[in-house]
Amino acid sequence: MPERVNYWGIPHNWGAPELYVYTIMFLAAFVMLFRFYRQASLWWKIGQPEARWDKLHLRLGRLIQYAIVQTKVLRQRYPGVMHVAIAWSYFVFFLGTALATIHDHFFEFLFGNTLIVYKFTLDAFTIVFLVGAGMAIYRRYVQKPRRLTLEPGFTGSLTLITLIVLGGLFTESLRLAVEQPAWAWSSPAGWGLAQLWIATGASDAALTSWHLGIWVFHLLIVALTLITLPVGTLMHALTGPLNAFFSKLNHPFGTLSPGKETPTGKPIYVSQLSDLSWKQLLDGDACTECGRCQDACPAFAAGTPLSPKELILSIRDALRSNGSQLVGEAIATEALWACTTCGACIHECPVLIEHLDAIVDMRRYLVIEGDVDAELQDALTNLGRYGNSFGQSERMRAKWAKGIESKIKDAGKEPVEYLWFVGDYAAYSPTLSEITQKTAAVFQQIGLDFGILYKGENHSGNDVRRAGEEGLFEMLVEKNMKALERSEYQTIVTTDPHSYNALKNEYPTNGNGGKPVLHYTELLDQLIASGQLKFIKKLGYKVTYHDPCYLGRYNGVYDAPRRVIEATGCEIIEMPRCRDQAFCCGAGGGRIWMAEGEMSERPSEARIREAVELGNVTDFIVACPKDITMYADAVKTTSNEEYIVVKDLIELVFEALSE
Amino acid sequence: MTNIVVLAKLVPDLVEELEIAESGTALDMEWLRLIINEFDNHATEQAIILKERSGGEVTVIAPEAEGVNEMLYTIAAKGADRLILLKGDFENGVNNHALARAFASAAKELKPDLVLTGVQANDDLDGSVGPLVAEYLGMSYVGYISGVSVSGETAVARKEYPGGLIAEMEVALPAVLGIQAGEEPPRYVAISKVRQMMKTATIDEQEVGDLDASGGPVVQRMYVPEAAERAEMLEGDEEEVAARLVEIFKEAGLV
Amino acid sequence: MNQDIFVVVEHLRGQVADISYIMLAAARDLAQATGGEVVGVLLGHNAQDLANDLAADRLLYSDHPALAEFTSDAYQQALAGLLTAQAPRAVFFGSTSIGSDISGVLSARLGLPLVSSCIRVADGNLISQICGGKIMAESALSNETTLITMIPGGYKPAQGQTETSPAITTFEVNIEAPRVSLKQYIEPEAADVDISSENVLIAVGRGIQTEDNLELAEELAGLLGGVVCASRPVVDQGWLPTSRMVGKSGKSVKPKLYLALGISGAPEHVEGMTDAEMIVAINMDPDAPIFDIAKYGAEIDLFDLIDPLLEALEEA
Repeated sequence: MPERVNYWGIPHNWGAPELYVYTIMFLAAFVMLFRFYRQASLWWKIGQPEARWDKLHLRLGRLIQYAIVQTKVLRQRYPGVMHVAIAWSYFVFFLGTALATIHDHFFEFLFGNTLIVYKFTLDAFTIVFLVGAGMAIYRRYVQKPRRLTLEPGFTGSLTLITLIVLGGLFTESLRLAVEQPAWAWSSPAGWGLAQLWIATGASDAALTSWHLGIWVFHLLIVALTLITLPVGTLMHALTGPLNAFFSKLNHPFGTLSPGKETPTGKPIYVSQLSDLSWKQLLDGDACTECGRCQDACPAFAAGTPLSPKELILSIRDALRSNGSQLVGEAIATEALWACTTCGACIHECPVLIEHLDAIVDMRRYLVIEGDVDAELQDALTNLGRYGNSFGQSERMRAKWAKGIESKIKDAGKEPVEYLWFVGDYAAYSPTLSEITQKTAAVFQQIGLDFGILYKGENHSGNDVRRAGEEGLFEMLVEKNMKALERSEYQTIVTTDPHSYNALKNEYPTNGNGGKPVLHYTELLDQLIASGQLKFIKKLGYKVTYHDPCYLGRYNGVYDAPRRVIEATGCEIIEMPRCRDQAFCCGAGGGRIWMAEGEMSERPSEARIREAVELGNVTDFIVACPKDITMYADAVKTTSNEEYIVVKDLIELVFEALSE
Repeated sequence: MTNIVVLAKLVPDLVEELEIAESGTALDMEWLRLIINEFDNHATEQAIILKERSGGEVTVIAPEAEGVNEMLYTIAAKGADRLILLKGDFENGVNNHALARAFASAAKELKPDLVLTGVQANDDLDGSVGPLVAEYLGMSYVGYISGVSVSGETAVARKEYPGGLIAEMEVALPAVLGIQAGEEPPRYVAISKVRQMMKTATIDEQEVGDLDASGGPVVQRMYVPEAAERAEMLEGDEEEVAARLVEIFKEAGLV
Repeated sequence: MNQDIFVVVEHLRGQVADISYIMLAAARDLAQATGGEVVGVLLGHNAQDLANDLAADRLLYSDHPALAEFTSDAYQQALAGLLTAQAPRAVFFGSTSIGSDISGVLSARLGLPLVSSCIRVADGNLISQICGGKIMAESALSNETTLITMIPGGYKPAQGQTETSPAITTFEVNIEAPRVSLKQYIEPEAADVDISSENVLIAVGRGIQTEDNLELAEELAGLLGGVVCASRPVVDQGWLPTSRMVGKSGKSVKPKLYLALGISGAPEHVEGMTDAEMIVAINMDPDAPIFDIAKYGAEIDLFDLIDPLLEALEEA
């Protein structure tokens, strides 16, 4: 009958082993919690308040998904498998130890088949862990990917947790070598190792004393690991799940956090550590230095001073070293301005750090201080005065529509079904007016009842907010809301993903009446599905599609554009970094309004090369006017005009609808 | 501690098309969008820089016009201490002589050490405001300034001549300087700061009484010019234009 | 008041400025309408020779050490006395760092009317250009001595030059305790080239967008045997030295070919290049004022044009 012997091989002559075990464990746990508390209490002692206690059930769900199942870690295969092999094994070991404690002191149930399953599971995970640990050693010493911090602290942690598992495995194997029970097979790892001890021919007494030695060692290593956990790299085991639990619950980062205020309503501009909220300080402590954010960051790839990983670690370092000034000292202003707000960092982070809100918070400080480069200043001044960044009169907003025969309805004056929010670039940029005209032609050909706001439309404010000019953002929202409230429409459709994001996620829904906001690709997709849009010819091009950051990663619209492209008869060949891993063109976050700065390679050029390397693709399809601007330029500067041409999706639609 | 007065005004925004009023001798003010005179903006920046550098007080005076309050609050948000709005019959446009007299009488009471104003404005037809104000205040005037430093009773002003030549002029204070450019480009002021100023700052209103416009021009008519000629526009795509240009250069003996 | 037209001659460091000749040409037109003479007014110290090619009927010259270099106070005092004594029909000043410093002060001091930004004379009236060139104003001479400031563009300097020097009469001035004095001149950085003596100039404006793109202009200049120059915004960014700036605060140039890339044609810039023999303008904005003074133009993106143009030039 399989049964478990409590404290096998541990002498009782110096008192009950439980006494030692529990004393040491409680002491170690106490020290760990005390140290953890001392570190964690800095968050709320230094940081600003922030309400993150809403919807506890959803937060619990986050914790389970990201901290237990670890879906984000698993986005990359090798390190994902490696890490869950280690982490899940530890969950199982922890559970196993807990069950053993219950069995030992409260309710005996670990016998018979239950015990067999129990032992087998634990052993199986021992093997899983060792595979994971092996993968980790290979990763840190052979693969050595750039994004990792290869410092002794990490090796130390890996060593500790491996020693713990080996300790457990060895003690088990030594016991099995002595007892050799009939159910030893249920512990395949331990029983396998036990053969080694049996083969040495050592006496039972010798094996038992080795067992005791290793058992003590195992106990002490566990205690050591617990004590050092809050100051070492294993801290993420506590802070990571906390960070997942307290992560932002609203629609994935489509909505920025508002500016902070004191209890009396005075704004707080973030330049020092204490201006950040407690959650943002927790972000610093949760960072595992994995560097996935850095790998995904277009600004980092371009050689700018920004690394999202370093930015978060600066917060952590300031926290640990009593530092206070962040902006201009721990974090360079150039780094803050280099961010394109593409959101790749947030998307990749396994512990759900919110880099973007910290960056925008600090930009808000720079804007208030007037520490803004001349070009951005011009753009913001123009936006404030004329409602567009081009410095042209509001009356020129619909100039692109002049040549169109059947005049487009003014949505401010007559009711329409679809209110087309055109967006700054599509309206004012001379290189883009042809595309905007084609869009109107397509809408007219399909027979849509649509209108535009003419000069009632202002910049949506999406990137103004992300550049840190909150006051200007509010002013633009006010102006646009006035125009929208005056109009009668069923749906808003936009051709610009930035406008799309703002209208959908940043604008007050009660003002809009909660009417749906669609990107034109979503609209066309719907019309194709309903049969209202039928193409006359099949184009047959081999194309690749670039997911715009604010349409794809921010708002999850990946398939509608692809269906539309395929409906025009084109074949899509995906780039390696597609869908939510799409690599930003570099124009977002107000970057298109700023001086470029020092760059080793423009993100747009890297992306074009990625497309050209596919080999058989002739068209680079985008669905954002800023993408056209950036990529058409990049094709020229990389001398790829012979190989690839940049087109807006609407151009394919237009062509497939023409005779 | 320097007591600095800045004279600023709003001028037509050239982004829009300008129209002539029915009288035929003045601009149509009704649809005119007004914007701060670019050079007055530089003058403001120079004044704030001087204040930041060596202390002092900056007062801004501006004549009434559409949007002047926002202009004054913006300047306050940059660091000006006092805002004065001249109320009078400015609606239908006023020449610089009348404006300068109004400025001078308001500025005189402030006993400034230094008066800064833009060296010119796009709607100047009877000279610019600065030299006129200087004479009405009995002060000297130096214009086309791109840098100022003050020490005690004198200022050293960098006067710009064409071709990048600079003349350092020593000016006895009090004096009026016509600013071409500040030492730094005008700083950016966040909209929220301006809105904050709207709640906290006050604008002193001063009545100017009757405006004396003597000294201005006798305008017979104002009109929008028609370009006598226009360039011969080359058509075609970039290859065709390039080819045509090379032909033109060859004909001119340049290639 | 007599019917003579005075022209206050502007000179700087031994050189008569072009605007002086332009004013003399305008004064000739105005004098024909009023029936008076064109009288040059020269202030300086040992500066008589500057009068040699001034196309005036006669010249009034005052020599005083305080007038050796221009300072607003001394010059204004000198002229105040002269104008009160002489009472001409009109007085021309340059709308420049020199003329603008004194014309306004004299207008207020002597109670004389002032008309500024005059570009030419038409039928005895003054045509002024304001609002960035978008508005013209026609003013008549008033009943008192009318002070006028002049901008270039209406006349060529050659129209104000002569081979026969005018007759010179000297006059005395009384200058008391000037409150403005010249400390020193500061030269601009040593110029590697003198753009005013080049035959071919490739001019870049805001449209060039970034410093790196200047390379393209340099290549073009190389193939055409010319030099790159710029409008003020480009120089303000620090991408080119001030010696390369064309315009009101920069240099005036008269090359055989002025190829303007991405330049809108603001009056301050046009002032410096309006005398070029052939102006070719490339700008995406069909409404850009540069097309009003250019001989040839193309409404095309300069970045699209550069490579084909470089190729075409290489083949030629």
